[in-house]
Amino acid sequence: MAVAAPAQSPAQSIEEQRTWEGNLDQLRGLVSERAMTGETMLLNMGPHHPSTHGVLRLLLELDGEEIVTCLPDIGFLHTGIEKSLEDKSYEKALPLTDRMDYLSPMSNNMSYSCAVEKLLDLDVPERGQIIRVICLELARCASHLVWLGTHAIDMGAMSVLLYAFRERERVLGMFEMLSGQRMMSSYIRPGGVWRDVPADFLPTIKQFLKDFPAKVDDYEALLTQNPIWKDRAQGVGVVEPDVALAHGMTGPALRGSGVNWDLRKAQPYSGYETYEFNVPLGEHGDVYDRYLIRIQEFRESMKILNQAVARLETVKGPYRSENRKYVPPLRSELGQSMEAVIHHFKLWTYGYDAPDDEIYCAIESPRGEIGCYIHGTGANKPRRVHFKTPSFIHISALPVLSSGYLLADMVAIIGSVDIVLGDCDR
Amino acid sequence: MGVSSKLGNLGVVTTTVEQAVNWARTGAMWPLLFGLACCAIEYMSSQASSYDLSRFGMELNRATPRQADLLIVSGRLTRKMAPVVRQLYDQMAEPKWVISMGDCASCGGVYNNYAIVQGVDEIIPVDVYIAGCPPRPEQLLHGILTLHEKVKSERVADWA
Amino acid sequence: MEIPAARDPVSAAQEAFGAAILYVKQFRGETTLVVEAARAPEVLDFLRVSPGLVYNMLSDVSAVDYYPEDYGEEFDGDGSDYRPGRFAVSYHILSMLYNRRLRVKAFAADDDPRLPSATVVWPAADWLEREIADMMGITFEGHPDQRRLLMPDDWHGHPHRRDYPLGKETVAFSFNEAEIRKHKPFAQN
Repeated sequence: MAVAAPAQSPAQSIEEQRTWEGNLDQLRGLVSERAMTGETMLLNMGPHHPSTHGVLRLLLELDGEEIVTCLPDIGFLHTGIEKSLEDKSYEKALPLTDRMDYLSPMSNNMSYSCAVEKLLDLDVPERGQIIRVICLELARCASHLVWLGTHAIDMGAMSVLLYAFRERERVLGMFEMLSGQRMMSSYIRPGGVWRDVPADFLPTIKQFLKDFPAKVDDYEALLTQNPIWKDRAQGVGVVEPDVALAHGMTGPALRGSGVNWDLRKAQPYSGYETYEFNVPLGEHGDVYDRYLIRIQEFRESMKILNQAVARLETVKGPYRSENRKYVPPLRSELGQSMEAVIHHFKLWTYGYDAPDDEIYCAIESPRGEIGCYIHGTGANKPRRVHFKTPSFIHISALPVLSSGYLLADMVAIIGSVDIVLGDCDR
Repeated sequence: MGVSSKLGNLGVVTTTVEQAVNWARTGAMWPLLFGLACCAIEYMSSQASSYDLSRFGMELNRATPRQADLLIVSGRLTRKMAPVVRQLYDQMAEPKWVISMGDCASCGGVYNNYAIVQGVDEIIPVDVYIAGCPPRPEQLLHGILTLHEKVKSERVADWA
Repeated sequence: MEIPAARDPVSAAQEAFGAAILYVKQFRGETTLVVEAARAPEVLDFLRVSPGLVYNMLSDVSAVDYYPEDYGEEFDGDGSDYRPGRFAVSYHILSMLYNRRLRVKAFAADDDPRLPSATVVWPAADWLEREIADMMGITFEGHPDQRRLLMPDDWHGHPHRRDYPLGKETVAFSFNEAEIRKHKPFAQN
């Protein structure tokens, strides 16, 4: 299908160029009646905008500077991942899931892997669980670093971006050590992880955990008591807890309003119930509280990482399930065992059969609850894979979060709910 | 020989118009502040302090296409976004260059389906293609330097 | 304040709605209630407010297409899954108080699939149902905003249906290279 022809031809007259092509009737019922008469202004915060954190289009209805409502228009990054997954076997579908929430690919891999494990009733050995926890908490740190950098630069604090990305390089270096890839690692797979941690991983992460707390204190020193930051963040984008729950918000955006709900504590997975950590909660539900929660989540992640790294040194054993019906054998086994060759052949050419039934499995990504719904066919490809992604829900709640605040606050609110458009549009 | 060395002692160098203009163009090529998906995050990593793009004069990302020279299409282009990218490209003033960063922008990448344009060269002319999913910052820098080589070899006849 | 004891959602729903609960299944620790399509929002609201149930949050709304032949008379719940219609919409709800999940499933027919919208129960259902309307072509009656969400406004067809092709660009061989090149006017080489 050929795509749109180039934009206006030069022969278009000035009158034609000034005519607005849309039809205001399409928006009747979606924007207030005052927009219909022209009393309020409709402003397009288009898909190309430095502060929308991706290709998000917002149609803002403004009464002067005050936002009456906003209509988000998404789909500019809709990749058809869910439909592409129906065409692939379960193991080969994993790299496609990396690219949804591209700031924390490990979380997407984890939600998909947990869902496949639930569907197949597949076990994960303890060492695999510990490595997964390390990856997920590092991914949380990496994602929150990008959030911090971009949120701060949107509000004007430019140095924080550079500091955050400096730390992020260290985390990406660790991901590269584990999987060979900085971002789209496809490291967490159904049954465990792809391979064991290399020898230089533990000293590197221990050094990182020694250095990182001081850096988080640096970021706090720059922002938390900063009068400009407080002015722009306190009292902005307030959401009441019952409104947040009714709109399906999860993660730090929900905890900012004081609702104590974290899937790592409530419905733990991958051994999270055995780690000691707290869940930071906010009070007022504004941008400032959501900021404080994520800064505290850095510290809680480091607590978990310290415990997990200590455990990784003592717990030996397999890092991935040894159920050869579902997990391919190591390449080193192929030279020695005929069964290994047969399993390898079958799993990489055909895949494995999953039951003709449905499950839903959710984990706590840095943004909120990412849920994976898989309906199998009984054969090797899924019938339907659906991801409930937190950014989708949070963008749908933007009208509620932003109405009544000023135009400049829109940027703060978008930054505070930490949306990623790849996560929203899939 | 003789004249140019004497001139050099006086602080004057001679060159061609092409060399001078092309050198100036590569010295501070301002990219459009534009990122679609995952490759944009690697672009941001390249912009940040570890792999600094400011040393190539690209510290300033201009949000408006009118002031930008370079469009780095970083990320997967969907059918819904395609007219927007085309309009951004048309709004950029000459001289302008396009780098297609990553597999999705170059050829559709991992996605071969109804929603993804199979390469941005379906709608805009591309100067340099960078492979990778996402390309490492070093790969992006190599692509930018390749573009600089290309610009330095442009002739007067090619200028728009 | 005393919290009432948790009730079994299946028996509570069957007591309240009787024959509208068409089928119940358990798989991998998850309970699914298949309900009559017209009464789905009522069942959801009952589950949301009743003491002992309090499923206060809507986690997900997802749709499945059982095309071409995995639904109909053989799938009557007797030894097999219960699938009376081609399309199924599953509401995944979560009770934070009792820390448990439940799935409420409603089926829609093949031509002109319609279901009542759950936006009256949770505003979270707004975009989730809109995405299903866009991608599966199921109309949600009473939904405040029936525009397309993910696909462009002028798109034809519903991509997540199983009879909608994936839309792959064919591999370029020498016999079809020219035709593929026509779509890429700016590609050089």
